[in-house]
Amino acid sequence: MTQITVKVNGKVHSHEVEPRTLLAHYLREQLSLTGTHIGCDTSSCGSCTIHMDGMAVKSCSILAVQADGCEITTIEGLATDGQLHPVQAGFKECHGLQCGFCTTGMIMTAVDLLNQNPDPTESDIRHGLEGNFCRCTGYHNIVRSVQWAAEAMKKEIMVE
Amino acid sequence: MSNTKYIGQSVKRVEDKRFITGKGRYTDDIKLVGMTYAAFVRSPYAHAKVLSIESAEALEMPGVVAIFTGDDIKASGIGGVPTGWVINFRNGDTMKEPPHPLLIATSSTAKHIGDPVAVVIAETYAQAVDAAEAVVVDWEDLPAVTDAFKATQDGATLVHDSAPGNLAFDWELGNPISEVDAAIEASAHVTTLDFINQRMVPNAIEPRSYIGHYDEATDKYTLYTSTQNPHLIRLLMCAFVLGIPEHKVRVLGPDVGGGFGSKIFHYTEEALVTWASQKIKRPIKWTETRSEAFMLDAHGRDHVSKAEMGFDAEGNVTALRIKTYANLGAYLSTFGPVVPTFLHGTLLQGLYTTPKIHIELYGVFTHTVAVDAYRGAGRPEATYLLERLMDLAALEMGKDPVELRKRNFIPAFDGVEQPGYQTQVALQYDSGNYHGVLERAVEMLDYGNFRKEQKEAAQNGKLLGVGFSTYIEACGIAPSAVVGALGARAGLYESAQVRVQPTGKVSVFSGSHSHGQGHETTFAQIVADKFGIPMEDVDIVHGDSDAVAFGMGTYGSRSLAVGGSAIVKSIDKVLEKGAKIAAHKLECAADDLEFAEGKWTVKGTDQSISFGDVALTAYIPHVYPEGLEPGMDFSSFYDPANFTYPFGCHIAVVEVDKETGKVRLRRFIAVDDVGNVINPMIVDGQIHGGLAQGIGQALLEGAIYDENGQLTNGSYMDYAMPRADDLPMFEVDRQITPCPHNPLGVKGAGEAGCIGSTPAVVNAVIDALWSGGYQVKDIAMPLTGERVWRAMQNN
Ligand code: FES
Ligand code: FES
Repeated sequence: MTQITVKVNGKVHSHEVEPRTLLAHYLREQLSLTGTHIGCDTSSCGSCTIHMDGMAVKSCSILAVQADGCEITTIEGLATDGQLHPVQAGFKECHGLQCGFCTTGMIMTAVDLLNQNPDPTESDIRHGLEGNFCRCTGYHNIVRSVQWAAEAMKKEIMVE
Repeated sequence: MSNTKYIGQSVKRVEDKRFITGKGRYTDDIKLVGMTYAAFVRSPYAHAKVLSIESAEALEMPGVVAIFTGDDIKASGIGGVPTGWVINFRNGDTMKEPPHPLLIATSSTAKHIGDPVAVVIAETYAQAVDAAEAVVVDWEDLPAVTDAFKATQDGATLVHDSAPGNLAFDWELGNPISEVDAAIEASAHVTTLDFINQRMVPNAIEPRSYIGHYDEATDKYTLYTSTQNPHLIRLLMCAFVLGIPEHKVRVLGPDVGGGFGSKIFHYTEEALVTWASQKIKRPIKWTETRSEAFMLDAHGRDHVSKAEMGFDAEGNVTALRIKTYANLGAYLSTFGPVVPTFLHGTLLQGLYTTPKIHIELYGVFTHTVAVDAYRGAGRPEATYLLERLMDLAALEMGKDPVELRKRNFIPAFDGVEQPGYQTQVALQYDSGNYHGVLERAVEMLDYGNFRKEQKEAAQNGKLLGVGFSTYIEACGIAPSAVVGALGARAGLYESAQVRVQPTGKVSVFSGSHSHGQGHETTFAQIVADKFGIPMEDVDIVHGDSDAVAFGMGTYGSRSLAVGGSAIVKSIDKVLEKGAKIAAHKLECAADDLEFAEGKWTVKGTDQSISFGDVALTAYIPHVYPEGLEPGMDFSSFYDPANFTYPFGCHIAVVEVDKETGKVRLRRFIAVDDVGNVINPMIVDGQIHGGLAQGIGQALLEGAIYDENGQLTNGSYMDYAMPRADDLPMFEVDRQITPCPHNPLGVKGAGEAGCIGSTPAVVNAVIDALWSGGYQVKDIAMPLTGERVWRAMQNN
């Protein structure tokens, strides 16, 4: 067992974990943050995407011990003061989800994508999301959701 | 309809909030007090005899609670998992239905990769996996057969000794074969295709997950399961597998992360965690890994076919003759036998007036996982065959594929003024306007211009192609008497209860199950409009066998057509009773009242009483009609009069790279007619998702077993599924031809996209090759660059 300390969604947690514990399992099992989903065993589906020190990563490809000292945001921590993140709002607005299973990872990837490229083309979005599988939507409305969010974020910046 | 504030509107989904904030509750998210975890010991071979199972050492490992083997199951006398449909042989012999045990016992044989021999239950999942690896099984590896056609040939290894020739059944449908033979013989042109409709892995992104929980205090079982139909699972598991009384079993299907067919069926693991939880008196969770999902979730398609279509000199279809070998896998899954027969053979009329049709079909056992319904289930296979033949015939005869279709289309009929269309293959279509969808799609394509562009491209050495597909499907499965006559072991109706609460809020309990389709929104739209109340006042409850009276679940695009109609039936009962209460309060006859905008009004006056007041009166009946029971709560079962028949036209435009064979999908147009539409946004979403899966089959996907029965591409690293950058934006439009026989006029939209799209894409690639002088008739799906390139070289 190894002691780790991580800041998750603004709160500091200290736990003993087995060295082989994946970060995804740690979040789900120990912290009960079940919005991070597990869809595969080959780091291919992106369902488990979270932010680690501000960057989107697949939490099934990282050991919990590697996250020691890091700052983590999961889907549960994305909305601030009950206010949906524009990407979350975009997914609802544009019907970017059906079963919802890929959605949390998809949103976390899309947030990082827009942070890095606030003005993406359709093809930028499609390339940016290629690490995340969705079996329900055919991606059409996911692309529109991200476009909607990009517009919304631009407006927000203009208002500020 | 009294008013339509919500119906027909793209109302945003009420279920989204929990999903976009990470608050969805899928089975694997649920943790019960004292919960244990299961891991399975599985066969590494496709066909192997279990010589011995040694688990004593594993039992001593840290955290291990119990280990059960096939021998324990055998000793306890538990039955196997049954199929839900019987198709007997043509000569009257009964279908071969060999047992499908929960675990393989000593001296029995495993029949596909991953067939389980033991389950290990431990305090943590990691401990269960560690101990499962320590269970020692002595195997005798045996030869395997994986190809449906080869399995029927002399000398092929048998999957079950009880099924000679590896046949579960053989089957035929249509006109007498002699008439069809003669019509083909007399045809001016015959287009022939030998092809494979490859095996698909459904790949819902949520892996299957189950929690079995036996509660000693109440002697009750609870099964949480990622299923599309909780009641059906309860029925099969209680009555056929475990023999426990169903009033002692609650089955819950919480949020479910996609199904596409694969979560309809009753799987052995569901019964096993339920049974074992009673043995250890603790809850047991099992969630499959993706590798297990590839190995074990029922696959789809997998037909080997010879198809011939005859034409007269003008291009009228004269006859269709099909011979198909359908791979059923090693065991008959819940709907396994019906998919290639009554969901496939019955669709061979397509949209055409073909006068003579015959299909001969063999249901074949192989050493592979079961094949069952996968989005479209049989109908994509039928459409693939018809629409490939149609475009190829046009190329061969030098005719235009659009004109060839129009010439052969069944004329428009609404099913009210004009009767339904009786096919040669048992079904009677309800209503249709096939020219309409084709014309609209061709207009969106700008066909004339496309052909010009294609010619220019060809002159510049580029290969552009267009592919058409006009499909029909049979949804809303279906009248119980009809499916019973066709071999179904269950009726296929749906139930719904509408409970008006004292304050006028409404709870609806539906036997349909949403796993992405948005029932909580669509159903609420209907109820709110019918009662003239805000949508917020309506709650949709589903996925709980204790809360909902009964249900047949969600598959075959049946939720709205069948489940929605059941809701309407209960709504009508509420309104009828409400009118009696209103009449009493308003001191008039019920006939003098009209219901609109949430209130009953005495016709021609301003005297009225609101829905809420009537509800309250029903529960506080101080002033109440004599002889009327208090309360406002109605259940209904709706058994449809017929299937529904959505149809549409899909067009693909592709570019094929001459050097590499790589196909780029440039455009995809879909004009679908799914009858009336309650929520256009949700219907479009269903179409998009279906298109991606159909296109995936055409270009990327396909399970590959090697000759030893190993699944060689059983992971997301090896099995290519469409990603965001493989697909274009879809161009989607619709036409509306209402269904004449259900109260909502709806037909169903869940599978349409997946049915029409596959042949359109393949046809487009073939068209592109012909435009460059490569007269290739067929390329086996998926049309990878390599396969297309090879086809060009061999031409
Ligand atoms: S679970 Fe992490 S990528 Fe699939
Ligand atoms: S919404 Fe179901 S997998 Fe994406």
